[in-house]
Amino acid sequence: MAETIKLTVSRYRPEEESEPTFQTYDVPYNKEWVILDALNYVKDQLDGTLTFRWSCRMGVCGSCGMMVNGTPTLTCAVPLSDYVSSEPIRIEPLQFFPIIRDLVVDMNSFLGKLSSVKPWIIRDDEKPPVEGEYRQTPAELDVYKQFSMCINCMLCYSACPVVGLEPEFTGPAAIALAQRYNLDSRDQGAAERMAVLNEHEGMWGCTFVGECTNVCPKNVDPAGAIQLYKMASATDWFKSVLLPWGSKK
Amino acid sequence: MPFWWWLQKRVYFNFILRELTCVFVGVFAVLTLLQIQALANGPDAYAEFINRLRTPGLILFNSVGLAALLLHAVTWFKAVPTTITVRFRETRVPDHVIAGLHYVGWMVVSAVVAWFLWPS
Ligand code: SF4
Ligand code: FES
Repeated sequence: MAETIKLTVSRYRPEEESEPTFQTYDVPYNKEWVILDALNYVKDQLDGTLTFRWSCRMGVCGSCGMMVNGTPTLTCAVPLSDYVSSEPIRIEPLQFFPIIRDLVVDMNSFLGKLSSVKPWIIRDDEKPPVEGEYRQTPAELDVYKQFSMCINCMLCYSACPVVGLEPEFTGPAAIALAQRYNLDSRDQGAAERMAVLNEHEGMWGCTFVGECTNVCPKNVDPAGAIQLYKMASATDWFKSVLLPWGSKK
Repeated sequence: MPFWWWLQKRVYFNFILRELTCVFVGVFAVLTLLQIQALANGPDAYAEFINRLRTPGLILFNSVGLAALLLHAVTWFKAVPTTITVRFRETRVPDHVIAGLHYVGWMVVSAVVAWFLWPS
């Protein structure tokens, strides 16, 4: 059994170099470790200048996403032992995002896309708080629950070739989140979101490659959400053309 | 993105294959329409059309086309449950049932078309 394992880590120090380079580190091979533990070993014991994001270490905060051997991966969720046969393990920042330093990427474009789909409950008429909450049955919750599990880790953006080809594309997680609110029985904002997403860079940018769903660590199935959205939009369009009273709004 | 991005991963390559094979779906649709037209033009025209289909070049072309069409259909039916969510008595109908119904529909339509167009 290997006693150490090699990590080849992408480094980018904008004050020193114009392009990312690779640096290799030997870390102890510990079967209990996940990839993030190995990176933390580098940071704590070998090279304090290595920069990366993490917080919860339990697949909740969504901040430790990186490319591991070319695949977008949540580094706190995959054991080192999964990669022992493919040494050295190549670790790079999430692709299709501007790199700020080492493994840290600039998330601003993603955050802008998220807020553009109005991911909150929209009501035609907001009732005063004294009238109580908007109630929902477990079956109504079940309709959208899967799409609400997203932790904004951005792995799906790094997996999507359309994001690489068309940076303006709203992208998997944001569209899935819009669908999460559309399917919520308390929400009345579907038409408002449709106006944003019924564009080429919205849902129609998706060509259904499906890799976003494969890499999602939370089984959100963003590809599914986007296709459901397209179906809803197409049905709406047919209704508005065929039935004078058919269009929802 | 490099031009060859779709060779970087098997999933990307499969996607391109699924998209490109749709050309053969179009070719088969045109071929079937021509066959129906020949059928409408009477037994002689139909026999001539069938004889033309039996030339080696067209057999080869159609064999490649059929393989591409099958690949397109199977990959598409695999993807279809993702695009359609059906709820029955508050539970989601499983993916394999939705895909299975598509296969059944495909077989039924194919049987009807074959019944009309199979040369006697
Ligand atoms: S949809 Fe999945 S992969 Fe995409 S950001 Fe959300 S949790 Fe991450
Ligand atoms: S550190 Fe929070 S998800 Fe990995």
